[in-house]
Amino acid sequence: MAHAVIAADTLEEKLTQELGYDDHFHEHHHGDKFQSNFLTTYIFSTDHKIIARQFLITGIFWAFIGAAMSIVFRLQLGFPEADLAWLKPLLGKWIQVNDAGIGKLDPEFYYALVTMHGTILVFFVLTAGLSGTFANLLIPLQIGARDMASPLLNAMSYWFFFLAGVVMFLSLFLSTGPFSGGWTAYPPLSALGQASDGSKAGMTMWIVAMSLFVVSSLLGGINYITTILNLRTKGMTMWRMPLTIWAILITAILGVLSFPVLFSGLLLLVFDRSMGTSFYLSEIIVGGQILDRIGGSPVLYQHLFWFLGHPEVYIIILPAMGIVSEVLSVHARKPIFGYRAMVYSILAIGFLSFIVWAHHMFMSGVNPFISNFFVVFTLIIAVPSAIKVFNWISTVYGSNFRFNSASLFALGFVSMFISGGLTGIFLGNSAIDIQLHDTYFVVAHFHIVMGIAAFFGMFAGVYHWFPKMFSRFMNETLGKIHFWGTLIGAYLIFWPMHYTGMAGVPRRYYAIDNFDSFKHFVSLNQFITIAAIVVFFLQVLFIINFFYSVFSGRKLTVKNPWGSNTLEWTTPIKPGHGNWPGNIPTTQRWAYDYGKGGEEFIAQFVPLKEGEHDHGH
Amino acid sequence: MTALIILLCVILISIVLVQIGRVTELTAQIKGEREVLRDNSKWNGWLSVGFMIVFLVGVFISAWEYKNEMMGYGPHKAASAHGDILDSMFNITLILTGIVFVITHIALFWFAYKYRWQEGRKAQFIAHDNRLELIWTAIPAVVMTILVVRGLNAWNTVMADVNPDEDYLEIEATGQQFNWIIRYPGPDGKIGTRDYKLTTANNQLGIDFNDPKSWDDVVPGQELLLPVGKKVRVRILAKDVLHNFYLPHFRVKMDAVPGMPTYFVFTPIKTTTEYRNELRKYDDFNLPNDPTEPNGKKRWEAFEYELACAELCGKGHYSMKRIFKVVTQEEYDAWYRQQESFYLSQIRGKDEDPNKGKVLDIEVRQRAKEFSESMKNAVESTNAADKTLPLQYVNFETGSATLTADSRYELDNLVTAMNTYPSLVIEVAGHTDDVGDPLQNRLLSQMRASSVVKYLTDRGISESRLRPRGYGDTKPLVPNDSDENRAKNRRTEFTILSPAS
Repeated sequence: MAHAVIAADTLEEKLTQELGYDDHFHEHHHGDKFQSNFLTTYIFSTDHKIIARQFLITGIFWAFIGAAMSIVFRLQLGFPEADLAWLKPLLGKWIQVNDAGIGKLDPEFYYALVTMHGTILVFFVLTAGLSGTFANLLIPLQIGARDMASPLLNAMSYWFFFLAGVVMFLSLFLSTGPFSGGWTAYPPLSALGQASDGSKAGMTMWIVAMSLFVVSSLLGGINYITTILNLRTKGMTMWRMPLTIWAILITAILGVLSFPVLFSGLLLLVFDRSMGTSFYLSEIIVGGQILDRIGGSPVLYQHLFWFLGHPEVYIIILPAMGIVSEVLSVHARKPIFGYRAMVYSILAIGFLSFIVWAHHMFMSGVNPFISNFFVVFTLIIAVPSAIKVFNWISTVYGSNFRFNSASLFALGFVSMFISGGLTGIFLGNSAIDIQLHDTYFVVAHFHIVMGIAAFFGMFAGVYHWFPKMFSRFMNETLGKIHFWGTLIGAYLIFWPMHYTGMAGVPRRYYAIDNFDSFKHFVSLNQFITIAAIVVFFLQVLFIINFFYSVFSGRKLTVKNPWGSNTLEWTTPIKPGHGNWPGNIPTTQRWAYDYGKGGEEFIAQFVPLKEGEHDHGH
Repeated sequence: MTALIILLCVILISIVLVQIGRVTELTAQIKGEREVLRDNSKWNGWLSVGFMIVFLVGVFISAWEYKNEMMGYGPHKAASAHGDILDSMFNITLILTGIVFVITHIALFWFAYKYRWQEGRKAQFIAHDNRLELIWTAIPAVVMTILVVRGLNAWNTVMADVNPDEDYLEIEATGQQFNWIIRYPGPDGKIGTRDYKLTTANNQLGIDFNDPKSWDDVVPGQELLLPVGKKVRVRILAKDVLHNFYLPHFRVKMDAVPGMPTYFVFTPIKTTTEYRNELRKYDDFNLPNDPTEPNGKKRWEAFEYELACAELCGKGHYSMKRIFKVVTQEEYDAWYRQQESFYLSQIRGKDEDPNKGKVLDIEVRQRAKEFSESMKNAVESTNAADKTLPLQYVNFETGSATLTADSRYELDNLVTAMNTYPSLVIEVAGHTDDVGDPLQNRLLSQMRASSVVKYLTDRGISESRLRPRGYGDTKPLVPNDSDENRAKNRRTEFTILSPAS
């Protein structure tokens, strides 16, 4: 195979010379005016590859914070009798030490941690960290562009995200605590400071951070869409795009259409919080005080929130699906099965994601008649999702499957997506949702299907494209320990939650021993907590592997280490600003000619032979 | 210290792992790329199959282990009429998705193992197969259609509101940080209206007492009962933030929304005792309810239908518990009879009472009932002390013998009694306290007794059956040593003279 790689390298140079597209690009070997010193090269860079790395490393930082938070609240939940006084140096007054010297997590802060864990993981890690990293890295490289349509907008997208993170981080240190009303921030709880300490300054900062995040997401999204639609190299028709790009395109469209709705929802919330309006408030007595607000509806907020909130889960999972399709195909040495079906199912999922939002609200008091429509559309999503799963499995069928960290995580993604997706069929059916709504069954469902699965997609992408990002490989042994440990550990955390959920244990409970119906799960909770701690340390291992490999991982010596067809592997080992030193390669075929006609792989820039059929068309 | 040791261990383990990683990487370089690929294929191929087997077996074992939590199974059967439909929907979905889960997992990991990288193996070039795509589009579509149709049938049945002319009990549940207040209708079967602006410390629900429907409403204390087999419509509200009225055993769940009442209709089909007896059969439920007290109540004995909150409402969200006991209709009726009207027992006469100083229909009816009961006792009793009854709602204008307007209700009750017992002869007696001239007092009490007698004779009662008498301050009930006692001594009463029993 190494043979083939070298052959491809020379072939590529020849073909790029002959067929490449000359856009009169001049490379500046010693950095151009935009990249002349450390600050402009690595910090305020407008190079999409640097911005991708910034998103990734910031995402890793937030993932660590968010996961550590979950360990703290899992400790309280799994070991309600244990002494947490040792956390006092870190958490201060949020650990209440009683007369016997036993430290307990303050319930208010427990809910703050739950809320921050959700917000951070959903938005900062799995939206910005995942889409931000791979959209930035892959769009120009895989479609054959020098950079994004607007590199400056791209940099701004990162810096708005950074700023959102700063504001959210600072809110952790408020004396009244960060926001504690759940990541969905339902009013009236989120609107009334009297109802909860976290709804005071913490909520104000949460709204500011989220608004900055919406700006970041929109700047990024518009840029992604524009770049994909306008800057494709010669020959890169839509039907020749790798599935990563299709997935990112639809993700960006979903984001651009839905984030503004969240923003307007939050804006009305700001009015309710500080200007005395009643969009979401009506007939409220809080803390013995009769409020003068009449006529609003908390359900309106839920509509606005979930109009983003539901597409948001596809914003998280679609890029992971794209990455997995690409990684599976490359390492199976086989075309992705049913490329067109994959594209159509991405489109179908993207479209349907906009008309299912109220399935989060079956039990919120909306007219039960309305729920009929949302049940129908929600369960229809199972069809394109099933198509994707069957296609991934068929891709592995008849392959020559190379096991490495990237391909293993892609396999793990498919397993998680099946397990978590199937439980969605229970919850999407409103009749079953009556019992399961807001129980641990839901926690199990969404953690597996969009938490773990999206993380697995992200890991697959990081292991696969690490050589492109840092010109080095990540350590494979640690990667495999990371994979098998996380796969087993994640199932041990979330699988038992199905049982607690069936038994009816509600989510977001600081303690379950108040209820005779639930309290026998204390020991299972303990087990889950222990599994969570183990999995947490496995992720620390990943972080160690990541940073160790950035600086001293095995060096990349060939351009195309995986024998991959897509254009990013035609760039130099250390691509500069502009990606290709000379002409931009043109695209002659679809991205999935693996094992065709006895060839190990045929890269996208290789012209079709006489009479050869291009499967993209 | 322990924290430090743990931290140290973690750091050491990480270093060890990184070193292992480096060593394997070095050996890999020595062994060469092909050798590494071969090793990888072998180990991870086996791990894939091993994981698949352990995972699937583990899933079935754990499901068996937790079978008692499965909806509709064993001790986790629904206690409401509609619950079974939902549980069977759950189980149908469980079977269908379970089949897909097992098949796809076997295929995924088996293929990964079977088609693992091998020297010289060529991957097959299979780009697509439209017939296969069609099959696995059609099958999920058909399955989903079945689930949707069944699901929506169940949903629309369960969520249907009550029919106004059917027999049901409507109760009201109000969520607030951090408890539930439950209100039952009075004997009229209707819950009175509310206005949140009327909320006070005494009137936590903001009940509008201008609405006669609210006068007989009941707000029970700790104990809440529901009759078995009776349809219950719960009207659900919230005062401050969102809550959720959640009765897991009845498969009932609905948000409580400030400013927007919601509802849920369900019929309890098992009394608490029946449900306990069902649980008794299971080993799990024969464990002590409180593990620290091995000889205390067992889990089945301690079982109650618990009400919880299922919508994050603040830091006390996890503690909003109430208990509903489901009992037979007779037990329910007995309990219900003991409940006092919230209005009459807690609000009447206080600042919140808009009807202060007025006599209400409900009071007139209640007093008539009480009067006829004590009259019956007095007539039947052989004890001389029982023969004297107070006319406690008969009052006079200050310092005069003119009856107040509201006295007529009690006097009408007396008229009814005189007609019911036609042979009755009574003495009507006026009493005063010791303030003022004793002679004046006597005169006034005599005149007041005569006013009563006149009221009765005007309504057709023969004068011969009535003996007015003024006792002045000579017969105090209690010593005249406080305002309170003096008020007790100012009274009008009557004594049955004949027939003596």
